[in-house]
Amino acid sequence: MQIRAFWRDIRFLQVLAQVVFILFLALAAGFLYANVSANLARQGLTVGYGFITNPASFDIGESYIPYQSSDSYGRAILVGLVNTLVVSALGILLTTIVGIIAGIARLSSNWLISRLAGAYVGVIRNTPLIIQLMFWYFGIILQLPAVKEAVALPGPVYLTQRGIYLPWYEAMPSFDSWRIYVWLALASIVIIWFIFRGIQSRSDLPIPLWWYLAYILAPVLILWVGLLFQPEPPLKVNIPELTGLNFRGGLQLTPEFAALLFGLVVYTGSFIAEIVRAGIQAVSLGQVEAARSLGLTTGQTLQLVIFPQALRVIIPPLTSQYLNLAKNSSLAIAIGYPDLFSIAGTVINQTGAVLEVIVIIMLSYLSMSLFTSLLMNIYNSRVRLVER
Amino acid sequence: MRKTMTLVTVLALASIMLAACGGAAPAPAGEPVTVKETVIVTVEVTPEGGGGVAETTPVAPPVAGGERLQTVLDRGNVVCGVHGTFQGFGFLDTAGAWTGFDVDFCRAWAAALFNDADAVEFRALSAQDRFTALQSGEVDVLSRNSTWTWTRDAELGLTFGPVTFYDGQAIMARKDIVSEASAGLDALEGANVCVQSGTTTELNLADQFRAAGVNYTPVVFEDQNLAFQAYEEGRCDAITSDRSQLATQGQAVLSNFADHVILDVVMSKEPLAPAVAQGDDKWADVVHWVVYGMIQAEELGITSQNVDEFLTSEDPVVRRLLGVEGELGSKLGLSNDFAYRAIKLVGNYGEVYERNLASYGLARGQNALWTEGGLMYAPPFR
Repeated sequence: MQIRAFWRDIRFLQVLAQVVFILFLALAAGFLYANVSANLARQGLTVGYGFITNPASFDIGESYIPYQSSDSYGRAILVGLVNTLVVSALGILLTTIVGIIAGIARLSSNWLISRLAGAYVGVIRNTPLIIQLMFWYFGIILQLPAVKEAVALPGPVYLTQRGIYLPWYEAMPSFDSWRIYVWLALASIVIIWFIFRGIQSRSDLPIPLWWYLAYILAPVLILWVGLLFQPEPPLKVNIPELTGLNFRGGLQLTPEFAALLFGLVVYTGSFIAEIVRAGIQAVSLGQVEAARSLGLTTGQTLQLVIFPQALRVIIPPLTSQYLNLAKNSSLAIAIGYPDLFSIAGTVINQTGAVLEVIVIIMLSYLSMSLFTSLLMNIYNSRVRLVER
Repeated sequence: MRKTMTLVTVLALASIMLAACGGAAPAPAGEPVTVKETVIVTVEVTPEGGGGVAETTPVAPPVAGGERLQTVLDRGNVVCGVHGTFQGFGFLDTAGAWTGFDVDFCRAWAAALFNDADAVEFRALSAQDRFTALQSGEVDVLSRNSTWTWTRDAELGLTFGPVTFYDGQAIMARKDIVSEASAGLDALEGANVCVQSGTTTELNLADQFRAAGVNYTPVVFEDQNLAFQAYEEGRCDAITSDRSQLATQGQAVLSNFADHVILDVVMSKEPLAPAVAQGDDKWADVVHWVVYGMIQAEELGITSQNVDEFLTSEDPVVRRLLGVEGELGSKLGLSNDFAYRAIKLVGNYGEVYERNLASYGLARGQNALWTEGGLMYAPPFR
């Protein structure tokens, strides 16, 4: 092999460029690290996570896990994380529904429906989210009547400026003996899914829509059998009641939670609507015409021809909208919902551990986003065009 | 190649994290929410003595201990962290002018240093950002109704003092819920209480209600004005804050202040004091003694109106304070007449109080001079 001058060797140059780049990054990181340590040393501050077990001594308005002010800072941050997860998960679910409906509506041949959907997308997509959150919170929810003049809807559902109160279920002491029936009911759903898949793989025709009722009927039947052996029901309905200054019992959606959820769902939904529209329009018209000429109905065309192909275009940008929704939930701080960012901010202020808490915040959001991406990537690889 | 990419990603991530926390970015909590921070009023200044140096050193890079005074003198103005939307204490009005009790102390430091009460650059800081801004050297001094506590003094690396306003936490409720100011906290059983996050108030609220065994739900806002707005709209039954803040903000923000009652319960001690970064005693001394000079001036009856007449006074205490004799100022690294300048251009402590807070019906109380039964007391100028 002929030995050439190494600076003319393309392989060497490629490696060199990478080494230089990494050295540069390492230098930059080193400079930043030195800067931080020098500043901390100058202030006489130390870095460490010792504070995390100290009592937080502040209260949190709403929490899905038990928490009181004598619990630790770590626990408080966990409460915030759970609050963020709850609002993000619910938000992603609802915004997908809103987005798909609005996206299809934009393509509707009905003039009014398509214009309404267009106006929704146009207005919502082009105004800042923080303004919309303020509008939902101060403009809509806090303008509802006071607790004593609550709007009572059938249910009873109470709409007040202190939140929305719904009847909710509460576990009875007999719940334990019901466990077997609950598991059976869940198992029946899985079994039906497998049965349907089996039928589908042996047939070219889609399963008639009404067959899907089995998903509901089978569990209900099992629970009904349970009722024959266990006269006492496992759950009881807990109806909200006005006691003292506020409603007690039932399920309360606080104004902060409701405003944040509405805001995030409506905002992200407008982006998803455009993604869905683009996805559907990306399916060539020839596919639709071919489906129609085979005699498929409009519904079948949508279900069997358009959506499977549109999903390939829709899923990747949809993933980034989901990530956006989760990250945008940190705007909760403006309307007083105790999410991760808001509580972590309080912890920073009470402990002064800026660096440590920021790292926790970043890692939390990072793992949330990576997990969401992972799930969506798995799904994406399943709907991808499979070439044989 | 894949491994290299992973390494690069990790490094990039690490540098982003460090950058977010480093001295260059003092407000890590600054998501788009903290709009207040961008309100900056730059005051044009002719640098005194330092010559052209001021132009080449824009806003304070963090300096080693003992150099802050020189940095400020070279720069030609004081960068002062204030509230921004708190009427009576730190408020940027619609005409773009800064007013308030805390703001006037910023002016006093500028007057003492530069003989120009306008040589101040105000930085509006949120409750969450304020201490970080001070630690990172973004502001020279923080005069933003901040409570002096052990944690802040020791763990956050700050030096507080002297107390400019003795305050206490109070709670305000609607009259239809609590009719008497003398009612106890148990009148608020089951109440929703609006509170600002990142304050000592938030902690005291938890402590006091826990001690009293009263159940409540906190509704925490990042901004005091939003907390007041939510209270006004009826989201909360009560709102808690420093008594001074409830009185001033209550009158400024609430549509009908008479429908609300501030309970007599004192929930905490809240000594509000200016703060500087720890480790720079020289700069801390300047901050402290200008304030003491204003308190001493009130005790001696020297006001911005009559200070010139006192220049000819025979009283050695007066002469030392005003820099007519002795070298008190130059020992601090200032001009000998630093107190004279502050008094002449801004006023004594009583004048500052009267100008900013009297209209809100806040009586002097604990903030009267020690000679009148209050707590305001300056160490001797000698």
